[in-house]
Order: sequence, then C-alpha cells, then structure tokens
Amino acid sequence: MSELQSMPMAKALNAGLRKALADDPKVLLMGEDIGPLGGVFRVTEGLQAEFGKQRVMDTPLAESGIVGTAIGLALAGYRPVCEIQFDGFIYPGFDQITSQLAKLTNRHDGTITMPVVIRVPYGGHIGAVEHHQESPEAYFAHTAGLRSVSPSTPHDAYWMIQEAIASNDPVMFFEPKSRYWPKGDVDLSESGRPLHSSRVVREGTEVTLLGHGAMLSVLLQAAEIAAAEGTSIEVIDLRSISPIDYDPILASVRKTGRLVLAQEAPGFVSVGSEIAATVTEKAFYSLEAPVIRVAGFDTPFPPAKLETVYLPDADRVLDAVDRALAY
Amino acid sequence: MSYTEATLQLLSPEGRLVESDASAEYLPLIQQLTDQQLREFHRVMVVTRAFDVEATNLQRQGQMGLWVPSMGQEAAQVGSGFAARPQDHVFPAYREHAIAHIRGVDYVDIVRMLRGLTHGGWDPREKNNFHIYTLVIGSQSLHATGYAMGIQLDGDTNTGDPERDRAVIVYFGDGATSQGDVSEALVFAASYQTPEVFFLQNNQWAISVPVSTQSRTPLYLRPSGFGIPGIQIDGNDVLISYAATRKAMDEARSGQGPRFIEALTYRIGAHTSSDDPTKYRTQEELEHWMALDPITRFASYLRGRGEGEEFFRDVDAEAADTASDVRRRTLELGIPPVENMFDNVYSEPHPLMQQQKQWLADYEASFDAEGAAE
Repeated sequence: MSELQSMPMAKALNAGLRKALADDPKVLLMGEDIGPLGGVFRVTEGLQAEFGKQRVMDTPLAESGIVGTAIGLALAGYRPVCEIQFDGFIYPGFDQITSQLAKLTNRHDGTITMPVVIRVPYGGHIGAVEHHQESPEAYFAHTAGLRSVSPSTPHDAYWMIQEAIASNDPVMFFEPKSRYWPKGDVDLSESGRPLHSSRVVREGTEVTLLGHGAMLSVLLQAAEIAAAEGTSIEVIDLRSISPIDYDPILASVRKTGRLVLAQEAPGFVSVGSEIAATVTEKAFYSLEAPVIRVAGFDTPFPPAKLETVYLPDADRVLDAVDRALAY
Repeated sequence: MSYTEATLQLLSPEGRLVESDASAEYLPLIQQLTDQQLREFHRVMVVTRAFDVEATNLQRQGQMGLWVPSMGQEAAQVGSGFAARPQDHVFPAYREHAIAHIRGVDYVDIVRMLRGLTHGGWDPREKNNFHIYTLVIGSQSLHATGYAMGIQLDGDTNTGDPERDRAVIVYFGDGATSQGDVSEALVFAASYQTPEVFFLQNNQWAISVPVSTQSRTPLYLRPSGFGIPGIQIDGNDVLISYAATRKAMDEARSGQGPRFIEALTYRIGAHTSSDDPTKYRTQEELEHWMALDPITRFASYLRGRGEGEEFFRDVDAEAADTASDVRRRTLELGIPPVENMFDNVYSEPHPLMQQQKQWLADYEASFDAEGAAE
C-alpha cells in the first residue's frame, strides 16, 4: 500500500532516520548541533525531543572524536549515524574513517562488523563560503572497506538512509545539499531495495548521461533541452558511488554507444574517471565515441560568485553531448 | 622525567613497602591480595620478559618483520592488567604483551601479527575483551571512549551489582599524548563522564624524541584541564600500579566518571627492532633505569615476605619453556590463504572483492594449466 507524500529531501531523511530510530533501539545519531537545533540543515529536527539526548547526541566539536567514538560504540553493539556538518569539515575525521572505520573488519579477520553511517551534506549551488561546497566522495570511494552512496531524490533519500543504517559495513552517505529543499513524492511504505543499485531515470537511444546527487537535475534538464532539439537521451542515476552497479550502465551504453559522465567533483582521479575506464574496458566495441567527462575544474572550489561557472550546467553537459555525437 | 614528590609508590626500589600519607589509601588494596596473587604478578612479569627476549631474537634471525619490545614496562602492565575485572574492556596500544597474556591472548598470536600473517590476531570477545593492537598512535583512545559511552547507554555502571558494572581501560604512551585523538578522547570522556581509565605508560621516549618535547608539564597534570582527575605513579612498582588502577576502575564502574593514571616507567629496549637507542639516549640514563628494574624490585619484596627460592626457580624454568615453545610454534606458522585478502574487507558481499578474488584464482590456475600442457 503506497503512502505518497510530497516533501523535500531534508524531511525525507528526517522521516527515514526517525523510522530507523523507532525500529532499532541500537541506532544512535551523533553530530554537531543535531539536537535542539536539528542540524544546520534541520535534517534531525525534532528527533532529540522524540528519542532523547542519549540516542540523538550533540557531540563536542571534533570530527575525529565523532567518528572515533562511533567506532567504539559500534564495537559495543550500537549502530551510530554520524552527521558531519559540511563536506569540507570531514578531513579532521579522515584518519579515523580511512585508517580505522574502513579497516577494522578486515583487521579483525572478519570477526566483527562496523555498522556506522557517516552522513555528509556535500556539493555546491548554495552560494556558501569556502569549505562548505565541496564534493569529496572520490577520497572515500578510493578506500577499501567503505561503501559510498548518494541519493538524488527525496524518495531515494528516504529508503537509502534506512538501508545504509541496516548495512553491517560502514557507509558514507553523501547528501546533495542543494537538493535538501525541492519537494518530491516519497512513498513512506517503501520497504527498501538493494542499496547499491543504479537506476535509469529517463529512457533514450542516442546518448547516455550518467551522474549522481545534485547532478541528476542538471542531466534531466539537459535531456529535456536535447529532446526539444530532436536528440534522444538516456539518463542514469548512479546512486551508489562504491561499489558501482555497472549492469544498467553497460546495458545503456551498448544501446546508445555514447556515454557522458557529469559530476561536481574535480575530474582528475575521480569517480567519473573510474567509470570511464571501466566502460571502455567492458563495452569497447559498443562505443561510437570516447567516454566524455564533464566535471568541476581541477581547482579549489571557487568563491561563491564564480560557482555557476565552476559547476557543470546543462549547457556544458549538452556541449559534451554534441562532441560525443560528432564522432 | 624522573620520580617527583607527586609520584605514588608502594614499593621502594629496594623492594620495601613504603608507608606514607599518600600511599595510605592504596595499601589496604594490597593487603587484600593473596600470596598466590602476588606470586602471579611475579610469574607474568618474568614469563612475559622471557617471551619478549625470545621474540627479539626471532626478529633478529629474520623470523619477524618487526618486534616491539616491552622490557622494563612489566610492572606498569601487570599491576594494571590484574586490576581490571573480566567484564571490563581493555584497549591496548601495541606494546602491552603482559596484559594480552593476562587476558588470555596466546603470545604466538602477537607474533602472528608482527610476522605478517594477519593485521589483528584475535577476536576480542574470545580474549576477555582484550581488543586488538592499534598501530596508529592514539587512535584507540577514541574507540575506548566510544565503547565506554556504550556501557553507559547499556546502563552498566553503578548498578549495585559488581558483576554487572563495567568499565574500559585504554593504554597509550607519552608520544600519544600529543595526538589530537587523545585530547579529543579526554574531551568526550569528560563530557559524557564515561566509565573509563586512561592509563599512560610514560616510558620517556617516543622512538627517539624525549617526553620533554611532548610536554613541558608533568603529563598527569594534563587531564585536570579537561576536568578529569589524574595521578602519577611509579610505573616500575607493580603494587601501586595494581592498587591505583583498581581504585580508578572501581570509581569508573561505580559511575564517578573517567580517571587518568600516568605510570612513570622506562623502555629498556628499542622502540622497535628497527631503531638504535644508542643514537639518541645515554648509557647513564639506561643504567639509572635498569637499577629501577620492576622485576628485581618485586622479587626482593617477595623474598622479604619469605618466598622460597624454589618458587623463583620454577618461574624461571616456566619462562624458559614458554620462550622455546613460542619459538617452536612460530617456526611452524603457515602462510595464510590468499583468499583472506578479499574475504574480510566487507561483512556483506561486494562485487569488486568477488571479481578480483575470482580473477586471481583464474590467473594462478592459468600457470597450472600451462605447466600441465608442457
């Protein structure tokens, strides 16, 4: 029985977290300002009042401390969900994430699990100051032992956060912060799907566009414009950054023969680079053109007044589509 | 840093009980110990030292990539190790061989890690909650604090049932006190008033850097700035190590919050088998601390209480047997199957692990096929 409700992604995440807290007494939320304030993006609004200070913890202002104590809590049988306030503030916790959280199951020869979720609001489009608009997902995708996902819609956010919490492996949960506010239909009866599955969101025949998070709205906009110009574009939402669900991607490339990848993160040594290499290896004879990447420039994220130039938009995506079609 | 007026001590370097106003609250805890428990202190110190010497030899003979000697720190470890209760959780750094033994870890399991057969070596739940070694300096302090937060959430402090109340003890060294993670652990421990004892073995050197580079104030004073009581003990005195830890753990288990103990001791050997202490410290300093040896001191105390020579001979014989047993079993250790590389990276199925494990199996099998065809 579907229970469709229209809500923004921040509310959908809130609903998913509430359900996880209600369903499993071992689930805990921890982070900076997530209590009475409800987090700087209000994702945890009302949850401390509902579940108490012991289960929704305002922590000291220390990211390594948040992740490191979450590891200890996981060893003690809990399932912590950590909020990192902004993408650019994750690096003080990077050592605990990559040297400890990611490796502890392996270090224990598989005798323990590490069910920890790290929620990271990420990406640009919000006109914020430095360290508040970055896309650091490639660092974590590069680290064995971590899983990384990013929803693009309120509905996906609702079920994916619950699946991430249910995972016995650590999950980096990247929330496209510019998508926190636009509303979408959420089916609150959704009981969950495989966490690491990409999805064809628009069918087409001539070019495949692939991206994750906030990039999806740009890709869909580009596909609309292209359709008006007579070009049929297929759009795939990656959803899982690590591992990558290649089957729908390869099936689409074998149909269209052309793949354009788009991401906010810098292109050098990125998720898009990895997918381009793999698609070239696995679908070489189906490709009519090289795989083309559209990415943030390989510069620091610029001051906010320049971000619209830095971030890939529909025009830059369509420029890449034109180049792919020109082969 | 040498002993100061603040340094708590129950045994003088000559092995005589020290009675002072400061030690008065700790002496009763020692008087509760049975003769058998006191003998066990000596036994574990001596056997672990023999293991440590044998492991050093094995490394020198190419049987281990690295060894981390514990020589000189036996009293700090054995006293505090026996002060924890079975239900408590112990988070070591990587030099706590005596405590590992007390909690039931086979010495050879420590060897397995340093011989390159595993990154861990044991399941903490099967070893009386003795967690695996952590090689990144200070990282374990946060894991211990998180675990202690979990004990609190479980409601297992100050229950009135001594079998249910639990606490955590975490070990780290003087170098680790400079790491941000240790400071963050102290912040979290103080904020949440965790049932936890921070046990600092100040062995004076972080590889080649003296403790004076880590701190210009005695390290036992540092926790007071975080709101955590700290004391300094003579880490080469097994009795004060036991009594101070026992008291701190009892306080932690009964919900009084975290405690901090600085045990002044000395690393007689190298940091690891990879460094040469003669390059950075003096012979005079080494001799000063060797004269304060924890095993000699405690043996003098036991003899003063009337312990017979037969006991000491038996312990020495057991130590020699343990060392040769460790050597024999070390040389018998096999190489783990290559599948281990892929099998435990994730708890749940992962396509890259499945694909790469299969690829490697096919690749290796291809050589067999070529060999068979020739």
